[in-house]
Amino acid sequence: MLEISNVKKTFNKGTINEKQALVGINLTLKSEDFVTIIGGNGAGKSTMLNMIAGVYPIDEGKIILNGEDISRKPEHARAKYLGRVFQDPMKGTAAGMEIQENLALAYRRGRKRGLKWAITKKEQELYREQLKTLDLGLEDRMTSKVGLLSGGQRQALTLLMASLQQPELLLLDEHTAALDPKTAAKVLALTEKIISEHHLTAMMVTHNMKDAIRLGNRLIMMHEGKIIYDVSGEEKKKLQVSDLLAKFEQVSGGEFANDRMMLA
Amino acid sequence: MSGVALAMLGAVSQGVLWGLMVLGVYITYKILDIADLTVDGSFALGGCVCASMIAVNHMNPVLAILVALAAGLLAGAVTGFLHTVFDIPAILSGILTQIALWSINLRIMGGKSNVPLLKSKTIFTATVENTGLTQSQVALIVGVIIAAAVIAFLYWFFGTELGAALRATGNNEAMIRALGVDIRKTKMIALMLSNGLVAVSGALVCQSQKFGDINMGTGAIVIGLASIVIGEVLLGRLRSFGSKLISAVVGSVVYFLIRAIVLQLGMNANDMKLLSAIIVAFALCIPVAVSKWKVRRSYSEGGQD
Repeated sequence: MLEISNVKKTFNKGTINEKQALVGINLTLKSEDFVTIIGGNGAGKSTMLNMIAGVYPIDEGKIILNGEDISRKPEHARAKYLGRVFQDPMKGTAAGMEIQENLALAYRRGRKRGLKWAITKKEQELYREQLKTLDLGLEDRMTSKVGLLSGGQRQALTLLMASLQQPELLLLDEHTAALDPKTAAKVLALTEKIISEHHLTAMMVTHNMKDAIRLGNRLIMMHEGKIIYDVSGEEKKKLQVSDLLAKFEQVSGGEFANDRMMLA
Repeated sequence: MSGVALAMLGAVSQGVLWGLMVLGVYITYKILDIADLTVDGSFALGGCVCASMIAVNHMNPVLAILVALAAGLLAGAVTGFLHTVFDIPAILSGILTQIALWSINLRIMGGKSNVPLLKSKTIFTATVENTGLTQSQVALIVGVIIAAAVIAFLYWFFGTELGAALRATGNNEAMIRALGVDIRKTKMIALMLSNGLVAVSGALVCQSQKFGDINMGTGAIVIGLASIVIGEVLLGRLRSFGSKLISAVVGSVVYFLIRAIVLQLGMNANDMKLLSAIIVAFALCIPVAVSKWKVRRSYSEGGQD
């Protein structure tokens, strides 16, 4: 369903700060794949997701989603296929708008926005039902401004928003990294639930190797802009953190010890 | 009516007519979160277009306002074009359009810096003749009706899907892009709408004071910001969107009342811009100063507050 072929990206080309973020990425995803992505800082994990979402243009290569070449499409035109949750809980929601207004904005993802009311009575019922599933009591605070919510609540809301209009592909960019461990676990459980209930195809960047092994049916490791390890199915189930560490050490020469790769 | 009461009534009616300009500034400054300096130019543009249409082309005064509206929309589109297509920072885009408009406004008025409308019909004169009310009273009534209609329109517009996308653009660009909105379009619409309103305000002020002047927009942005700030201070507790729009117009009325009072007290009219700048500067400084003071206090008193 997703085919990434030979995608390359270099930032600040021709300057002293030149950085080859992606050096020929090839990746094919099947429908309902749930891929976890690990790798050190600067490995290109976030860049890869951003390239799929169209945040920056790619230098070379092709990105094909469900048979459609989206490589040259602007970010807002790809939005109808993609649900996205960012690392920064502030980034996925509009703080100055109500919870229900945020949901209504997400409900119209990729659709034409005209002069009809931004939110209808019927939708409000839908949002109330959906918010109940988060189990955070937000269904009673639908007219509260999102800025009043905690980071975890905002991230849970963003996750709900990303799946409100079923996406072809869900992109999760370290979406639990900024949360405390307990909240992170909650948001992660919610992530699992939403992905399995809606049969979503998803890519999740994480720094937590245990999560990367436990979740999803496929795991890829990136290093210096390349995919260096790709494992799925039974083989992935048998994977241990130590295997990943060994693999990592092998390519990076022990540099992981300085990384914020979490082992716990 | 005494001279003072007359001056106050004049100030209130002026405040309402300028209030439309404040609503325009509210759209860019508060909703879109950018300071659009086109305003000084587009306010004068509205006035100059209106004056020239009525004085030279003998146009119907209502039609002249609509032409001013179109001119304002166009001015906003130029700023929007520079800002969204060529990524020029919003402030600089606005300044460029504003400077360009000065020359354009002069050309619109045939090279004259002032076009009087002393004998011409305005939207106010007919009512003055028919009802026997004073010019200020009529200006106030007509102004309130138009302001109410504009507020109702804005309230409706920002409640629509498109309006909500526009509010979200000012709130969180990354988020609304990820939800499939082309923020170049929403910014363009906001800038056009804003400057269209500003130009209508300029046209109404032009008709009420019976002349169009090349300098009538100078400092308009500061008056707009001052009015928004005053409105927030007075009616800040009201949270609904509609009441925020109303408080912008109320702020404008209070601004012109303050102005009339200090002028009555003998202040030089030329010092009014200094006073406006001080009001805005204070309003922007106070919240920052308070939070800094709180931080310092929390350190000196062992972290308790």
